[in-house]
Amino acid sequence: MNRSSFLASSTFRLALLYVILFTVSVLLIFTLIYWSSVRYMASQSDSAIQTEIQTLSERYETRGVPGLRRLILDRITRQQPTGSSLYLLSDPLGRPIVGNISRWPQVNAEDGWLNFNLDTSDRDDPELHPARARRFQLSGGFQLLVGQDIHELKSAQRRIITALSWGVILTLVLGLAGGFFISRTMLARLEIINETSQRIIAGDMKQRIPVSPRQDEFDRLSGNLNQMLDQIQKLMDGIRQVSDNIAHDLKTPLFRLRQKLEAMNVEAGSSGGHTEALQGALAEADRLLNLFNALLRIARLESESRKTAMTMLSLSELAGDVAELYEPLAEEKSQSLSVETPKSISLFADRDMLFQALANLLDNAVKYTPEGGDIRLSLSSQEHSVSIRVCDSGPGVALDQREKVFHRFYRTDTSRSTPGNGLGLSLVKAVARLHDGRVSLLDNHPGLCVELSLPRRNPEH
Amino acid sequence: MRILLIEDDPEASRYISRGLREAGHVVALADNGPDGLSMASDEEHDVLIVDRMLPSMDGLSIIETLRSQNSPLPILILSALGDLEDRVLGLRAGGDDYLPKPFAFEELLARVEALGRRPGPGSLTTELVVADLEMDVLTRKVQRANQSITLQPREFRLLEYLMRHSGQVVTRTMLLENVWDYHFDPQTNVIDVHVSRLRAKIDRDFDKPLLHTVRGAGYMLREPE
Repeated sequence: MNRSSFLASSTFRLALLYVILFTVSVLLIFTLIYWSSVRYMASQSDSAIQTEIQTLSERYETRGVPGLRRLILDRITRQQPTGSSLYLLSDPLGRPIVGNISRWPQVNAEDGWLNFNLDTSDRDDPELHPARARRFQLSGGFQLLVGQDIHELKSAQRRIITALSWGVILTLVLGLAGGFFISRTMLARLEIINETSQRIIAGDMKQRIPVSPRQDEFDRLSGNLNQMLDQIQKLMDGIRQVSDNIAHDLKTPLFRLRQKLEAMNVEAGSSGGHTEALQGALAEADRLLNLFNALLRIARLESESRKTAMTMLSLSELAGDVAELYEPLAEEKSQSLSVETPKSISLFADRDMLFQALANLLDNAVKYTPEGGDIRLSLSSQEHSVSIRVCDSGPGVALDQREKVFHRFYRTDTSRSTPGNGLGLSLVKAVARLHDGRVSLLDNHPGLCVELSLPRRNPEH
Repeated sequence: MRILLIEDDPEASRYISRGLREAGHVVALADNGPDGLSMASDEEHDVLIVDRMLPSMDGLSIIETLRSQNSPLPILILSALGDLEDRVLGLRAGGDDYLPKPFAFEELLARVEALGRRPGPGSLTTELVVADLEMDVLTRKVQRANQSITLQPREFRLLEYLMRHSGQVVTRTMLLENVWDYHFDPQTNVIDVHVSRLRAKIDRDFDKPLLHTVRGAGYMLREPE
């Protein structure tokens, strides 16, 4: 199986859809986790600030500015050198009294909260530190700012995002790998069923799909298909038996009839009897016997895979022989019969049956092409197959009849007046099938081209 | 000719043996495999006709046994299995010719006579003469009454086969199998056209025809009476 058909397979598409759905839901869950944890962290920080303002304002109420100043200094020194709490106390004119930031941030408050970046001059760290603080109006015009350096909080948030992103990527990768594995396993089992079916279509009715003892759904499917094949095989055997019996049962009395006619003919010949009529009857009996033989031969070719008569042969030589055989017939109708073969083409094939098929095609071409027409037998060779074309300048076959002419006994309206039994192309088709090839009718503008396309095969199979 | 026929169907056996006797041959009959095999090994025969399907011993086994005893007896296989594959199997087993049932009696007779008069290996003559018609197989020269005749390669092979079987009936199927070397069913009179072309070359300019059509059977090349 190639890559593109694997990617186009329904199991893979299903697995892919599943992976996408799963990844999207994981993404949603992670977003929720991120969002709620960020909210929690922010609210923790905010409530800590509120509590601190509460504590400091109470101290101001009881001990006044000096008490508050001492407490703030105490707080700042205790969290040195790298604390995250920010303090600033200023007098009613806005001049700083004490604090670990040098001046009031120049931003407007939203709901009483100030979001700003700390002055780099206040710290050793050259990195930009975001901060969040609250302004509190003390009695007597003094103003208090309590805030937090939320740089740590932001980087913690970034770490969470990174961790969750890796989680999503890992989910995606594992999901895809799992999907690949599952669809590959499924496809491999389906492929076994497909390959077997293809061999059966090619004519090997003996093939069956292997069934494992696990008895899973695939085994049940295979088992059912096998039973169906057994049933079909039984029916086909039955039909072949019946038609063989009919042909045999009719052939025997016909043969006896022919023997009697023959004996009468010999007697009539010596006594001067009705030889003319007897000869005619004999010819009719022969025609019927030939018809039965042709019918039985097609039936056998179609129902059995006979390979013992296959040999490596020169197709160019065989085509030359057929053309040479039919050349005098064409000449009688002033038709030109030419053979085009590029080089020596060899093929593993049934010599006699292939000759029979080409003979039938040339016979048709000579029969249906008017006097003075052209008939061309050409061979061409491709990498995996060879094509044999018999083209004529006759009336051709209408598009809607191109499939029907391969049916047994089918004859086009224009061909009814010419001798023949309507089995010639059926036999050609049976021979094509025998070689795993196919036969098709093409337009020759004007006329008909019959193309026989046969795959090159290895003698071992 | 002494002919041994191994055939289990009494009707076919009667029909074949009567025809052969009328044609002037001596016919010995066996209706089963073991009897047929012992008759074929113990007595002198010119041709053996054996049915492919026999009770208790298959026709092919008889042929294989005879061939393993180095018997040179020419063997014609009759078979109700008209398939070409059976033909291949039959010839591989050691049969010399194969005739599917049903057949015209002339076909059987012509083949039996061709088999019986077949020269042994090594005795193939390269100079063939029928009346005033001469052929040198090696130089590929053909002349009649000292007049040279030019033939196409296939016409040459056709004439050679007819000359090697001069005085015998040669059927169309025999010509197809031996001159063209393909076993198939020609739907038209394609062989007749080839024969009439040959006839035009060897007979037309001469008083007495050598190549005759045998009605209902085939052709015969023979000396004029």
